[in-house]
Amino acid sequence: MNIETSFHGTLLIILAMAVVTLITRWGGVFVMSFIPIGYRVQQFITAMSGSVLVALLAPLAVEGDAGARLALLSTAVVMLLFKKPLPAIAAGILAAAVTRAI
Amino acid sequence: MHSHAQNAAVPDDRLHEFTRKDVWNGFTHLVPLSFFVVIFGIAFGVAAVQTGLDPFSIVLMSTLVFAGASQFATLDMWGAQVPLIPVLITVFAINARHLLMGATLYPWLRQLSPMKRYGVMLFASDANWALSMNAFGRKEPGLGLLLGGGIALWSFWIVGTWLGFYFGNAIQDPVSLGLDMVMGCFLLSMVAIGPKNLRIFVIWAVAAGSSLFAYWYLPENTHVVVGALAGGTLGAFWTEKKKV
Repeated sequence: MNIETSFHGTLLIILAMAVVTLITRWGGVFVMSFIPIGYRVQQFITAMSGSVLVALLAPLAVEGDAGARLALLSTAVVMLLFKKPLPAIAAGILAAAVTRAI
Repeated sequence: MHSHAQNAAVPDDRLHEFTRKDVWNGFTHLVPLSFFVVIFGIAFGVAAVQTGLDPFSIVLMSTLVFAGASQFATLDMWGAQVPLIPVLITVFAINARHLLMGATLYPWLRQLSPMKRYGVMLFASDANWALSMNAFGRKEPGLGLLLGGGIALWSFWIVGTWLGFYFGNAIQDPVSLGLDMVMGCFLLSMVAIGPKNLRIFVIWAVAAGSSLFAYWYLPENTHVVVGALAGGTLGAFWTEKKKV
């Protein structure tokens, strides 16, 4: 189904996008309200919460350019050494900018 | 973004509570990161203008959708006509990770009234969710961070998008400045801050491996959900020892 990007068409597409995104924001909470939270479910949830981030970052680390890889590496190293997010993020951005400038 | 010392430990059954002050605290926590969100809002605004969207639609999209990656992706599919269903499938696939975020927050959200529960989730996004989960991991209240941080990200995203229309040329090339790595580095710092042991490392390895497998061999944009579910499933079977 193709929508003409007239004013109303564009508005319709944006509203539909908003509804779909809202379903993703509410859906997980809604579905969980039917699932009893036992110990195993709790363990699943905790394991999944770290895994979301790892799964998000993995392709960036493997398929990204040298700048992206060095950025993530610098952030990881500074985090492990100092456990402070802001310096770690700054180091990451700096690493990416310097790598890409060379 | 530093862990702030709580004056007194909050009992487990009250971790879901949050006050106006907690929300403000969450807001200020994510203001530094939100400055970078402005830059990406600008980048989105510029790209959207170049795609041919009018400023009203652009700002409306950022306000109502509030999910940057999916908004960028749909611009590639924009033209005189837009294929509605493929656009919505793309938006759903990229934003499906919100489903998992909602599920992970459920143990605390369920203690709120439905109004508050779904109201707070309106603002769920990667950075504030990660911050919130970290707080709960430290046995500190996290929903104020989720809501306040989300409001910061949301408002700065809108402002950035709007600025992109007027000052589009201010930032020529965010990628060469390394600015595209801000969110990735932030999320990585959130991973690194949590507890680490053999079980966690194996779960991460499985999540990363499945994510890459999906990235290479499964339909586009499925890798986050596949990797997260794989890691979660392993965690459900290889459980931590119960604390007595």
